[in-house]
Order: sequence, then C-alpha cells, then structure tokens
Amino acid sequence: MEAFTTHTGRAVPLRRSNVDTDQIIPAVWLKQVSRTGFEKGLFSAWREDPSFVLNDPAYDGASILVSGPDFGTGSSREHAVWALQQYGFRVVIAARFGDIFRNNSTKMGLLPVVLPGDVVEELQAAAEADPKTEVTVDLAGREVRWNDRAVSFEIDDYTRWRLMEGLDDIGLTLRAADDIAAYENGRQPWLPTTV
Amino acid sequence: MGRTLAEKVWEQHVVRRAEGEPDLLYIDLHLVHEVTSPQAFDGLRMAGRPVRKPELTIATEDHNVPTLLGPIKDPVSRTQVETLRKNCAEFGIRLHPMGDAGQGVVHIIGPQFGLTQPGMTIVCGDSHTSTHGAFGAIAFGIGTSEVEHVLATQTLPAYRPKTMAIEVNGELPPGVTAKDLILAIIAKIGTGGGQGHIVEYRGEAIRKLSMEGRMTVCNMSIEAGARAGMIAPDETTFEYLKGRPHAPKGELWDQAVEYWKSLRTDDDAVFDTVVELDASTLTPFVTWGTNPGQGAPLGSVVPSPQEFDDPIQRAAAERALQYMDLKAGTPLRDIAVDTVFVGSCTNGRIEDLRAAAEILRGRKVVTRTLIVPGSMAVKKAAEEEGLDEVFKAAGAEWREAGCSMCLGMNPDTLAPGERSASTSNRNFEGRQGKGGRTHLVSPAVAAATAVTGRLTAPADL
Repeated sequence: MEAFTTHTGRAVPLRRSNVDTDQIIPAVWLKQVSRTGFEKGLFSAWREDPSFVLNDPAYDGASILVSGPDFGTGSSREHAVWALQQYGFRVVIAARFGDIFRNNSTKMGLLPVVLPGDVVEELQAAAEADPKTEVTVDLAGREVRWNDRAVSFEIDDYTRWRLMEGLDDIGLTLRAADDIAAYENGRQPWLPTTV
Repeated sequence: MGRTLAEKVWEQHVVRRAEGEPDLLYIDLHLVHEVTSPQAFDGLRMAGRPVRKPELTIATEDHNVPTLLGPIKDPVSRTQVETLRKNCAEFGIRLHPMGDAGQGVVHIIGPQFGLTQPGMTIVCGDSHTSTHGAFGAIAFGIGTSEVEHVLATQTLPAYRPKTMAIEVNGELPPGVTAKDLILAIIAKIGTGGGQGHIVEYRGEAIRKLSMEGRMTVCNMSIEAGARAGMIAPDETTFEYLKGRPHAPKGELWDQAVEYWKSLRTDDDAVFDTVVELDASTLTPFVTWGTNPGQGAPLGSVVPSPQEFDDPIQRAAAERALQYMDLKAGTPLRDIAVDTVFVGSCTNGRIEDLRAAAEILRGRKVVTRTLIVPGSMAVKKAAEEEGLDEVFKAAGAEWREAGCSMCLGMNPDTLAPGERSASTSNRNFEGRQGKGGRTHLVSPAVAAATAVTGRLTAPADL
C-alpha cells in the first residue's frame, strides 16, 4: 500500500450521518472480480441527485471527505474503501466509523480520522464557506490543520507506523511463522476441519 | 478478577502478543463466498502464496445465485461465481456450489454442518459473520485484505475489542420473537452503540431462546455497530450440535463439552459497558426508517423528527421519512407493502419458515411473497414437513436457497418506490433494489403482513 505521512488537499462536507457502505458502493457494483473501476460506483445512487455535494464543481479534485457520524456502517465490503480511493480520496474524517470499514481503510492506506462531532461540523462549515480551503492531515504529527485551526487526533502507534511505512500486513505476519506453527501444534483435538 | 466469555475465547487464540502491537489471533474457521474473495485470491497468486490451511476453510455460492432454477443469466454475476469455482479448485478449498445439497447462505451452512462450535474464532468476508457468536464463538466480518491475510496465514492481527453486556431480563411475551428483541435492542442503543465492542447477550430471555433464535440475535449485532455478538454455550447449544457432521464424536465430544462448559463469564468479571432490557415489555417491532436503529413497536406510529433532541438524529429522521415516503403520526399498521420477503442469514432457518407457515396455513397472501430458504438443507427439511405446500397454497413463491432479496445481488429485487416487509437485516436506502423501501420485521409479522397487505402482527389476524 502507498505510504501516508502527511496530506494536504481540499475537503468535501458530507452532511449526513449513518453513511452505510451500501450507499458508498451499492451491491450491484460488487460483482466485479478486479480491484479497479470502483470510482464509478462511489455514492452512485446519491450522485444521481444534481444537488448532491460530489456533483458540485466547487469540490472537484477534493481529496478529504468530511462526514457526519457513523460513516461506513453495515456491510464489510472493502469495495467501499477502493471506491473512495479510486475516486481520489486519501482521508475520511468523521466523529465515528463502522469498525470493519475503519479496519479495511487502514489495510489499504485510506486514513480514517476521528474528530469530535463539533470539530467535524466546524471543518464542514469551513469547507462550505470556502471550498478552496486547504486542509492538512498530518499523520506524523497526529494533527488536522486548516486556516488558523490545528486539532489533534488519536491513532494507535502500530497502525500509524504501518500507514507511514506503507507496510504489507501479510509480510509482517509471516515473520511470526514459527509462532503460528507452534500454536497450531497445540490446538484442541476436537476442533473441526472442513475435510 | 474474573474474565468475560469474550476474553476467555480471545486469550485462547493469541498466537503472539507484543507490547504496542495488536494481538496475532489464530482463526479456527474461515468461511468464503464469491463476492469478497476474488481479489484476495488474486493477491495470493501475485505474491506466490499458498492457502495455509485449506482444511480450515469452506466456500459456498450465495450472494449472486438466482432463486429460480436455471443458470445465472447476468454475465457479471456468473463470472464471479465461476471465479470462485476456479479459485477453490486451484487452492484446494471445499466448495458447495449452486445445486449442491450443502449449498446455502454462508452463515446458515456453518452451524448446519456443525463447523460452528463454542470457543472458536470464525471469520468471513461478510459482516453478518456475527451470527456464529450464538454458539459462544468470537465471529466477525472482515474485508477482502483480511480475507487474503487469513488465507495466507490463518491468523489476523487485531486489538481486543471492549466488552459489553446486554442483559435481557424477564421472558419474551408469546408472539414476540428473537427478531423483535434484536430490533428493539438496536433501537435502544443505536447503530453506533456497540462500536468497538464484543457484545455478550445474557439474561433469562436469552437463555430461553432456541439456537436459531440466538443466531437471529447475534446476526444483527453488526447493525448495532458491534464487532461481534456472543452467547455463552449451554445445554441448548450442545443439544443442537450433537450428531452434526463436523461435531466432535465419542471421547472427543465429552472433552469438548467439558471445555465448552467453562466458556461463561465469571461471576466477578467486569464488562466495559452494560445495557439492560426488560423482555416482558416487548411487542412485535418493525423499522420505519433507513437504518436498523430507526425502529418502533408495531403498535405505535411513525415518529416525528421533532421528537429527536439530537440535531443529527433529527436530520436523519427527516431524510428517512422522505426516502420512505412516510408521514409522521401515521400508525405503522396503516403502512401498505407491495412485497414480503422471508429469508436471509437473519431469518432463513427452519424455525423461521415454520413461524411463517403457521400464519399462512389456510390463508391467502395479497402481496408478492417470496419465501427463500437459507440453505438447500433448510429447503429439504421444509419440504419434508410440507411447509412448501402451505406456502404455495397461500399463493407465496417457494424458491431455491440464497441471499436473494436481502441485498438484491441476484434477480430478486424491489422496483423503485416499491415497499417491502422483510425478515432480512438492513433497511438501508436501495438495499433491496434501487429506490426500494424496506421495513424490517420478524417472520411471523412478515407472514401476517402478506395476508393483509399492511404491516400486521399475527395477533391482529
């Protein structure tokens, strides 16, 4: 995955809560067997509404999505992350995320940033007042900055390190291959196999 | 200090623990289906990695499959299913394809084969993996990157979630089911209420549920935002498992049961969060909005957005009423539906079909009514009991097994503006078809609704 240290871009305010992954990418788009082309499906039902924020040319090229709480709830489809990334987003900011979505994001290098609800609204208002507002998401410094504001966010050290190095989890885990083999030798004898 | 059920099962599976890192957790069973796996197998091929434990992996075709006999007509769906077949053949994974007696919705077949057992860790690229927690397993949904990770390593790096107890005291009144209970729980704690937690459902009402009812409850844990849901195993669990094809046998069975009996939260264990609910006050419960937390007792009315103090919830309610084309104050019983769907990993098991059949016996449906068994084995069992004849005589459609209208990846969808009463798990905008409107209900309410054409409790008939 692509390493993430700091990113500066413009923000799109998505003033909705409970943005479930069925909205981010409807099921009809999940039939593909490749990992590409999902940007077309991003919010495809909502984008049919001309007043939907992603249809506003003022936000063309924005790379930070600032959403209401409970973003990415519901289905485990990682396609939601792929769609956001392939559309051009590097960061999603919200007060709460669905656990699976948040996990999937960090596996792919899309940074989920949790900020308090009132700060999210402040940032949304800034992006609405001036869509050209530059927002910096500094993972190294655990800080989001725009205009004269600087707000810190929390992320655990391990996930931050993986994102900053752009590390492949499978490669990391396979370094513990001996531990896995040792564990396997001690598994309970009644545990089922599928054969 | 004592430990919770979740903590006991988690600790049993830690392969490696290091300061400042997530635990590396061993995965006992990996369930695979056609939608979230193709890119994971591609990743293995690109890196030249094998599947570490094909014998702890099982695959089925469920999301895309048509529920009318015949081949898959949609070429994109067909390619996805064919890709799963090629991948399972190449990597040596047991697959139950369409038409096979073992085929069915992934979360129905695991328990049915006895592969889902207490104390296990179970994952699948599907959020409703939480279903398997009904046996006292830690079971949760993962994305495709993690599917690839489990295929390659049979482990996952993960931080242990917090623990939440949902204590359901008292007894469910007659006619009130596991589905009504879980819908009421989600309405109470909200779609983000369980976030970051493994929920343990406890209390008298939970202990009295059948295994199938427990699966319905755990299935929708994700709808409350929880990472997983669990119920401590007991005699009901052991009784359900005994004799199933992959359940332990002979001496191993006795050893297993002895261990399983230790899988309960110690009396002095402390949960991070505790929620209490009185089951005896519950009545049939339905959703009126576009997230599963937007629900209410069937006897009530569509709420007014003004009733919500939180501006974000108020805005969500306003938007939901607009999408659902509902007016505040309308009695929920006055809502007319076009389609009734009975099925899914939430309510596609034999007891669910029996509950629907009991209502439909000797009656006629006035809506399009799809009855979709969760697996081929459920279908066979239902036919042996003659339930298919009850459904057909009532004018309902008796279909083949699959996910079907729960998410409309196969031809079973709602048309724009069409309204359903559905026993599935999500009432999101467009979930059952673009522009479709979904009310989540129990199988009994679904069947009664099919008879009257309006949201109806069996007691109303």
